[in-house]
Amino acid sequence: MPKALREIYGEVLRDVGRENKDIVVLDADLSGSTKSAIFGKEFPERFFNMGIAEANMVSTAAGLAAGGKIPFVNTFTVFLTTIGLIATRGLVCYGNLNVKFGGAYGGVSAAYDGASHHALEDIANMRALPNMLVICTCDENSTRQATEFAVKHNGPVYLRLSRETFPDLYQAGESAFEFGKAKIVRDGTDCTIMGCGIMVHHALQAADILAGKGISARVVDMSTIKPIDRDMIERCIVETGAIVSAEEHNIIGGLGSAIAEAMATMDVHAPMEFVGTEDTFTESGKYADLLKKYKLDPETIAAKAEKAVSRKK
Amino acid sequence: MNKLRLTEERIAQLTDKARLFRIDVLKSVHQVQSGHPGGSLSMTEILTVLYLEKLHINVNDPTDRDVDHVVLSKGHGSPMLYRLLAEVGYFPKEELMNLRHINALLQGHPTNHIPGVDMPSGPLGSAFGAAQGLALAQRLDGLDRRTYAILGDGEINEGAVWEVAMSASKFKLDNLIAILDYNKVQLDGTNDEIMPLGDVPEKWRQFGWNVIECDGHDIVDVNRALDEAIAAKGKPNMIVAHTVKGKGVSYMEGKAAWHGKAIPDDLMKVAMDELGGEM
Ligand SMILES: Cc1ncc(C[n+]2csc(CCOP(=O)(O)OP(=O)(O)O)c2C)c(N)n1
Repeated sequence: MPKALREIYGEVLRDVGRENKDIVVLDADLSGSTKSAIFGKEFPERFFNMGIAEANMVSTAAGLAAGGKIPFVNTFTVFLTTIGLIATRGLVCYGNLNVKFGGAYGGVSAAYDGASHHALEDIANMRALPNMLVICTCDENSTRQATEFAVKHNGPVYLRLSRETFPDLYQAGESAFEFGKAKIVRDGTDCTIMGCGIMVHHALQAADILAGKGISARVVDMSTIKPIDRDMIERCIVETGAIVSAEEHNIIGGLGSAIAEAMATMDVHAPMEFVGTEDTFTESGKYADLLKKYKLDPETIAAKAEKAVSRKK
Repeated sequence: MNKLRLTEERIAQLTDKARLFRIDVLKSVHQVQSGHPGGSLSMTEILTVLYLEKLHINVNDPTDRDVDHVVLSKGHGSPMLYRLLAEVGYFPKEELMNLRHINALLQGHPTNHIPGVDMPSGPLGSAFGAAQGLALAQRLDGLDRRTYAILGDGEINEGAVWEVAMSASKFKLDNLIAILDYNKVQLDGTNDEIMPLGDVPEKWRQFGWNVIECDGHDIVDVNRALDEAIAAKGKPNMIVAHTVKGKGVSYMEGKAAWHGKAIPDDLMKVAMDELGGEM
């Protein structure tokens, strides 16, 4: 039975906390939801519930990091990457401090809570900060390995998580996450769909739809959004000639933007289409219904892929 | 504005309305298996007296500036706000049974696309400053109107709340009436467990506010507190309403676990029995 990404993350925090006594965890009155409470239960002396005070939480984490600790800050990512942003930019990133950001409830996964709680600009906010690494994984094993990477890396890391349970993509023991390296999870020759998070799974379904139409789609898991894997982008442009980005995020400033920025400075180019929310606020609803209504579904990815292929010269 | 003492008959009427509002709100969060029962129930009497006794509003003309404003800064209490907005005629109360549905009117947290909502809220701490802005606008327009802001006790963990505590005092914003739904419980636990608040009334007094305490479940006492705040001059007002999270449903009372938990059918039945409602 696959587990929710937040659950896996909470368990990894506890596991790495057993090995490394410098790991400290902070939350802003949402530890039951972010699952940081799993760590807090075992290590109450290294767990700080800051109350509903995200700015204070990130500033405190900056100080803990300067004091040699490895703080993980946690809350709904829509608040972490907005209310927490001033300290993230001005202290953590400017100071290149060793703070890790657990972004629970990425995308529209806070479904019924509505637009106020959906995080669709977080990747843009975090990606634009010098020194910040941005990671968005798609299953249990990749989340586990990305969280372990965050502990080892010295510097700020943003892990974009989800409230939801995603299907397994990688087997246990397999290398499911390599920092800075995208992974081809299905090969194809006519176009490449580059996705992150839940959209990797939707891209695989889109590839099935496209196969039925005689289009061979490659699917790439772009779990590291920053720094973006330029070599993989270049290779896919050359080998497939069309690119589609797919993310549970505004099409402005996220994964698609990162890919397009990279391609613009390459000697090879390909037609590109973007799948994501189209610069709009969302609404309350069931997660699956929201993914459909806001065009984050396999059908939309397939349609955009067809369009990208049709634009080839 | 009604400064007359409430008659026994009116008290009985409002008391019964509050009971019916609790029933409707629980039904609205039960049907979608999502939403926040605890913090909706704790402010039932506050919103009942505010909307049905005190507010000067114009349901038919959203451009009318000569009205009182309400900002539900603790936006997750939206189901009870929506029930009152339906009661005063902004939309049919049947809309509550579509709460949080896709393509429906009533969002998980308030937005100003919803008739009767003056300000979006949901990110705790942020909307309180907007209430200050609305109150300043009323004063600039020379209106004898007020802006009410309803805050949660967990919400006042946010530093932004204390920025308003200073600025509204500087501006002597006596048409701003904040109401703290002081149920002593937030999300992960009680205030004392998560973020001890100390002497809440005294803190606001020290920030220069006119502080009034009341029993937030006693219609008469809430009415008195609002009258005092409306009459007061020279300082912003903070009504510290002592309440119980989940008030009215025995198994929810005082429990953080019922902050935002879906109500299963068997417990819904218990709640309806206790409140005299039907499933
Ligand atoms: C900025 C921000 N951080 C976190 C949350 C998530 N959250 C929603 S309600 C809540 C607890 C609120 O407690 P309190 O203010 O006491 O509300 P009440 O008990 O009256 O329901 C939290 C942490 C939020 N909505 N906004």
